[in-house]
Amino acid sequence: MGVENLFHGFQIAVTPFNLAVAVLGITLGTIIGVLPGLGGANGVAILLPLTFTMPPTSAIILLTSLYWGALFGGAITSVLFNIPGEPWSVATTFDGYPLARQGQGGQALTAAFSSSFIGALFSIVLITFFAPILAEIALRFGPPEFFAIQLLTFSSFIGLGGGDPLKSLVSILLGFILAAVGLDVVTGQLRMTFGVVDLMKGFDFIIAVIGLFGIGEILLSVEEGLSFKGASTGMNLRVVLETWKTLPRYARTFARGAFIGFWMGFKPGGATPASFMSYAFAKRFSKHPERFGKGEIEGVVAPETAAHAAGVAAMLPMITLGIPGSPTAAVMLGGLIIWGLQPGPLLFTEKPDFVWGLIASMYTGNIIGVLMVLAFVPFFAAILRIPFAILTPLIVVVCAIGSYAVHNSMIDIWYMLIFGVVGYVFKKLDYPLAPLVLALVLGDLAENALRQSLIMSQGSLAIFVSRPIAGVITAAAVFFFVLPILTPGWRRLRGAVMPAPRSS
Amino acid sequence: MRAADLATASILMLLGGVVVFDSLRIGIGWGTDGPRAGFFPFWLGTILIFASVTIGVQAWRRTTDRPFVTRSQLGPVLKVLWPATLMVVLITPLGLYVAAALYLGFYMRWVGRHGWLAVVLCAIGVPLVTFAVFELWFLVPMPKGPLEAWLGY
Repeated sequence: MGVENLFHGFQIAVTPFNLAVAVLGITLGTIIGVLPGLGGANGVAILLPLTFTMPPTSAIILLTSLYWGALFGGAITSVLFNIPGEPWSVATTFDGYPLARQGQGGQALTAAFSSSFIGALFSIVLITFFAPILAEIALRFGPPEFFAIQLLTFSSFIGLGGGDPLKSLVSILLGFILAAVGLDVVTGQLRMTFGVVDLMKGFDFIIAVIGLFGIGEILLSVEEGLSFKGASTGMNLRVVLETWKTLPRYARTFARGAFIGFWMGFKPGGATPASFMSYAFAKRFSKHPERFGKGEIEGVVAPETAAHAAGVAAMLPMITLGIPGSPTAAVMLGGLIIWGLQPGPLLFTEKPDFVWGLIASMYTGNIIGVLMVLAFVPFFAAILRIPFAILTPLIVVVCAIGSYAVHNSMIDIWYMLIFGVVGYVFKKLDYPLAPLVLALVLGDLAENALRQSLIMSQGSLAIFVSRPIAGVITAAAVFFFVLPILTPGWRRLRGAVMPAPRSS
Repeated sequence: MRAADLATASILMLLGGVVVFDSLRIGIGWGTDGPRAGFFPFWLGTILIFASVTIGVQAWRRTTDRPFVTRSQLGPVLKVLWPATLMVVLITPLGLYVAAALYLGFYMRWVGRHGWLAVVLCAIGVPLVTFAVFELWFLVPMPKGPLEAWLGY
């Protein structure tokens, strides 16, 4: 049944308008991915208000294409400038930047894009066949199961996030607290507003994303001086073809990376641990582990395959369960709600055009994407030749516009600045930011699921263990929660294999 | 590093306290038809206090000589932060486009030491393009000031 629906989806995705939207999205996404301080989440957040007038399918194609573009673009800065545009591009810098320094930037970029494409394709094929099955299972979910999944989502940040588990916990709590500010929809009471009118609106996750990631990242990156440094690259068709000839050698790395990426991609923040894990595996199984970190193509292939596979897999829980697997997916989820779509298992039966159009557009978007980035690398590299003194104020202005556009409210621009400083401080102190944003997005949903479950059970928490599906998920969540306590040695081991990500 | 960690943990503790206080005000128990509005935030606040106290204790025990931010790092960060803040202040009286023009021009001249021609072209061109994209093309209104009012927008 998957193939039939997919065919139907292609009829929706391959219209001139939707293809044009995909090209536009990929172009913007790649530019955003290349620009320091802007990533997929900000790009999607900034463009979100502009999609309100579009049909939902075109809107989601625009946003997902932008996301693919940002995933490709993140690799460009990692390789050429040693600036990871996104957390999951960090592992790409380990070998990508040394390669670029040795004048092999073209090879590194070709390998990165091709790996991204293969990883993405693997995930899309799996999504095509498993999304309906997962959606069907999810139809039997009630509030206790949903809360259990939320619990699992956040527990995986703590158990697998790779940072200080307590700081991940604090980040999650902060997000939930910010989400709770304002009107409580169940009782109609005002919470934590202390009589301040501006607080009644609550905090919007888009502003948090723009501040935390956009402004925060600029502040962090200028510490080493008011400039962005880069290396030039030679990129032409011959380099691309020659690199492609060497790639079949890494078939096992591709397979491993794709599997790790897809498996980890379900969980929020999965792309970052997936890229590190894939890199670590590639190094462990390599015949020449000593070459890693000095400019080994395989060291680019492994993290890129996993990161892109995870980035695509993050869409699966978003469309089937209404739970985003990445910060960008979280922002898109917000979009879905604004467009009047109810994310979750019913989406497959109620809006098949939307879902299958989206899945089909993943194929077309990634094929267009890989061809475009390969062709336009020299152009994208030129963006970084924009002098720092122009680029920085430009990013700040764009962030201010994006924040204001959400509610037409001046206070949001101030929130954005404050979130920027908070983001800077949190990143320096290793508080992960993605859980905060995700908790801010899911706050109301999680709280309602919890309250409805407790109403069902007359206040007993046993409902989360007594129902079979909820019980299994809760058990997994509890396992992830206690994981950092159970195995302190495991973390040290991981820390020895790979440096901790700056954020996730 | 330790001081910054401790300060952040203290602020978070305080925040947790505020949340718990407000939740107690609106009720954390069982209402007529389910948990009351303060139930969820109360537990968030309580766990936040517990987690930040633990982080604080850990930070207190650990000794690192790595400073949170060195003087040479803080300089550039502030050089980005205060002009940006000033621009946000200026948006209210002048509107976003004029504030952006002044900010871009000032920043290019002050940090980039670009020539006056480039400064003027960028400072006027970029807000004009933004205006065309947002106000005219996408119809997203931005804060406007006396200049736009004088031009009839």
